[in-house]
Amino acid sequence: MVARYFKGTNQLTAFYFKQHRFKILVWLIGLIGITLSVASAYPSIYNDEESRQAASLTMDNPVMVAMLGTGYEMEEYVNSVGAMFANEMLLFTAIAVAIMSILLVGRATRGDEEEGRNEMVRALSVGRLSSVSAVMIVIVSTNILLAILTGIGLASLGIEGVELEGSLLYGSILGATGLLFASFTAVFAQVTETSKGTTMFSFMLLIIAYLIRAIGDVSSEELSWISPLGWTVKTGVFVENDWWPVVLSCIVAIMFGVIAFYLHSIRDLGAGFIAARKGKTHASPFLQTSLGLALRLQRTNIIAWAIGLFILSSSFGAILGDLETYFAENEFMQAFIVVDSDYTMTEQFITLLMAIMSLISLVPAVMVILKVKGEETRNLTENYYTRAISRTRVLGSHFLLAVVVSFIMQSLVALGLWSVGEVVMDEAISFDTTIASAYVYLPAIWVVISLVIGLVGVVPKLTGLIWLYVVFCFVVVYLGDLFDFPEWMNNLSVFDYIPQIPIDSVNFTAMVVLILISFVLSIIGFSGYNRRDISG
Amino acid sequence: MSILKVTNLKKRFGKFTALDGVNMEVKKGEVFGFIGPNGAGKSTTIRILLGMLKATQGEARVFGKDVWADAVDIHKRIAYVPGDVNLWPNLTGGEVIDLLMKMNGSTNLTKREELIKKFNFDPTKKSRTYSKGNRQKVALIAAFASDADLYILDEPTSGLDPLMETIFQECVLDAKRAGKSVLLSSHILSEVEKLCDRVGIIRQGKIIETGTLDELRHLTRTHLTIKTKKHITSLNELKGIHNLEEKDSERTLQVDAEEMDTVIRYIAEFGILKLESSPPTLEDLFMRHYQGEEYSNSKIEGSL
Ligand SMILES: Nc1ncnc2c1ncn2[C@@H]1O[C@H](COP(=O)(O)OP(=O)(O)OP(=O)(O)O)[C@@H](O)[C@H]1O
Ligand SMILES: [Mg+2]
Repeated sequence: MVARYFKGTNQLTAFYFKQHRFKILVWLIGLIGITLSVASAYPSIYNDEESRQAASLTMDNPVMVAMLGTGYEMEEYVNSVGAMFANEMLLFTAIAVAIMSILLVGRATRGDEEEGRNEMVRALSVGRLSSVSAVMIVIVSTNILLAILTGIGLASLGIEGVELEGSLLYGSILGATGLLFASFTAVFAQVTETSKGTTMFSFMLLIIAYLIRAIGDVSSEELSWISPLGWTVKTGVFVENDWWPVVLSCIVAIMFGVIAFYLHSIRDLGAGFIAARKGKTHASPFLQTSLGLALRLQRTNIIAWAIGLFILSSSFGAILGDLETYFAENEFMQAFIVVDSDYTMTEQFITLLMAIMSLISLVPAVMVILKVKGEETRNLTENYYTRAISRTRVLGSHFLLAVVVSFIMQSLVALGLWSVGEVVMDEAISFDTTIASAYVYLPAIWVVISLVIGLVGVVPKLTGLIWLYVVFCFVVVYLGDLFDFPEWMNNLSVFDYIPQIPIDSVNFTAMVVLILISFVLSIIGFSGYNRRDISG
Repeated sequence: MSILKVTNLKKRFGKFTALDGVNMEVKKGEVFGFIGPNGAGKSTTIRILLGMLKATQGEARVFGKDVWADAVDIHKRIAYVPGDVNLWPNLTGGEVIDLLMKMNGSTNLTKREELIKKFNFDPTKKSRTYSKGNRQKVALIAAFASDADLYILDEPTSGLDPLMETIFQECVLDAKRAGKSVLLSSHILSEVEKLCDRVGIIRQGKIIETGTLDELRHLTRTHLTIKTKKHITSLNELKGIHNLEEKDSERTLQVDAEEMDTVIRYIAEFGILKLESSPPTLEDLFMRHYQGEEYSNSKIEGSL
């Protein structure tokens, strides 16, 4: 019985570890490295009570609560660097861990199955559930390792207020959140038939969890209990040190893990639970164009991102009303933060929000270009290039599509924020300002798109590096002030050159220079792409 | 008239030399067989011809144009079928056929329907669900429904059943009759034998033999089984005799084609009781070339 289901699990586990060791290593180093370096930066930044008080005031408003989760009480905050650190870092790190788990599990389960690799393994003398078990062992060990290393690492920094129990809890809740999303992904991997579907559903769940928590944390305590990410921030790390969210997450993870195993044991290899439908006999005229094909292949992905971004930005729009009331009531706070500005607090928050939202809408645009490389890896570009289609045309239609996608995404961000903000605010921000503050990021997005074009054209093996750059830009936007990065490092992020409307005025020179850079990069990319070998 | 001409083509992947001076020519209206062992460089040559890989050295021209610089132009008149057909998983077979045809600018719907029927293919299913043979049919239908002047086929039948294989052969012969040229790389030797006018054999990145099948046969040896009244003496001293064996009163041997006349005359003097000759099978021919020197040394003794 055991042999029938689990034979060969050990060897397969070793095999999966070997296959994914590089990815796992990069994720672990990245996650632990960022956590530890941010933590060690805190004591020097907030070295006196005043600065902590100031920080606590910035944090204690609905937008920040929506973004980062329920904060701590004022005294806790002022007395503990740990609380400040956890408040700012925990939720986003947990999301990063969830993304790691989703990507690893999606790839190793449905991804391997879809591409026929699993078939060869299953033909060996191994059990029915061995490969799933092996993947689960790998992901569980990875998350446990992350939990332990983060915990011990934080404790060993010797920061006042970051004591051992809190550190271990911090690591554990990260690992537990990772496990939870790993188990959700494992279930989706059984239900859907493609790895794309698996990761898409998992990310959708992640976004929904984030939004439910955001709304819950701002307006109703009970609502955020539904969301797993709500549990993450309920730990009160470094102050109350509640362990029950860890336990709860693990229990739910085990439950979903069992469901995934059960579904896997009763289904056919390669099949899902959603049956295939009959399709069209002919291709529509639009599909027969290069652009049409590129769009069709990525349609679902783009639509999913569009919906996600719109929901995300309108959720923030919904909070703007609360924010406004909050600031209006809190005169002390106003005096404190609005040092010498003609702009309202809301407008200042919008700039930060826009920077982050633009980075998020960068992702689908980058994915559009990466598709060219992905198709090459799967020997699909062969279908174009053995026919009368030029390389410039294929890359060009993806470039165009990426630019259009960036437009659509930024428009949706602005629209979501403005339309809901308009309803809930007394003194609404103008439509023009909102749309301008979103569009002003387009040149930066285009530079990154062109950078991907350059990578695909010149060093196709290194295209994955673009994600490192995106993460870097995110770190600069999100943590740049905190870290006090040297100027040259901030300058490496294109997003740093973007004027923050409405606080800054539009800087046309910067825009023109960015667009020029984008031209140069894409020309390099196109000429490289036209000159290199196409592997498939 | 030469449709495709390759001169001294070389391709290196880093340090590894995949093609080491390939020369090849396909003429108008000709079916050219391109054969050789695994990893010999057939697909690499074909990918260079299709402008997907850039040759390290040498020249390759199709319709008189450079395969790298004028790829797009050339492809308007080319149809290609790979051995491993990869399709977009969420498009249907019918959609993919339309797409592939459209990319070459051809839209011959009657031909498309005709071929779909002939290959007994269901175009309404998502590509993800097709078997290997069915994926291959997608590429074959798109190729033969388009109006190309040169068909480049790289192991096009590796997944087809025998019935479909016959239909494929009909398609190739139809194309040939219409004056089109075909470059066919295949491991199925009976297919090559049936379809090809000329054959090129590639091994370790070099073309080691080119010619019509008859010409190639000519290069090999005929098997003889003989029985004579008198005992033949000193047969092994003759030139061009190989693998001489004696079994009961019969002898079997192989004779080089050019020495056949001398050998038969010599044998005739001993009074022939029985003479059986069998031509070399294509299999023999290829075996010898594929396996190269080791084979000819050990099994056939003597060298070519
Ligand atoms: N991108 C590449 N990088 C390195 N080596 C390669 C690459 N592509 C092909 N090769 C090598 O070049 C040689 C020729 O390969 P090719 O695919 O042309 O063989 P083939 O004759 O088509 O073989 P088969 O009959 O198996 O299809 C092989 O040794 C292969 O490993
Ligand atoms: Mg090949």
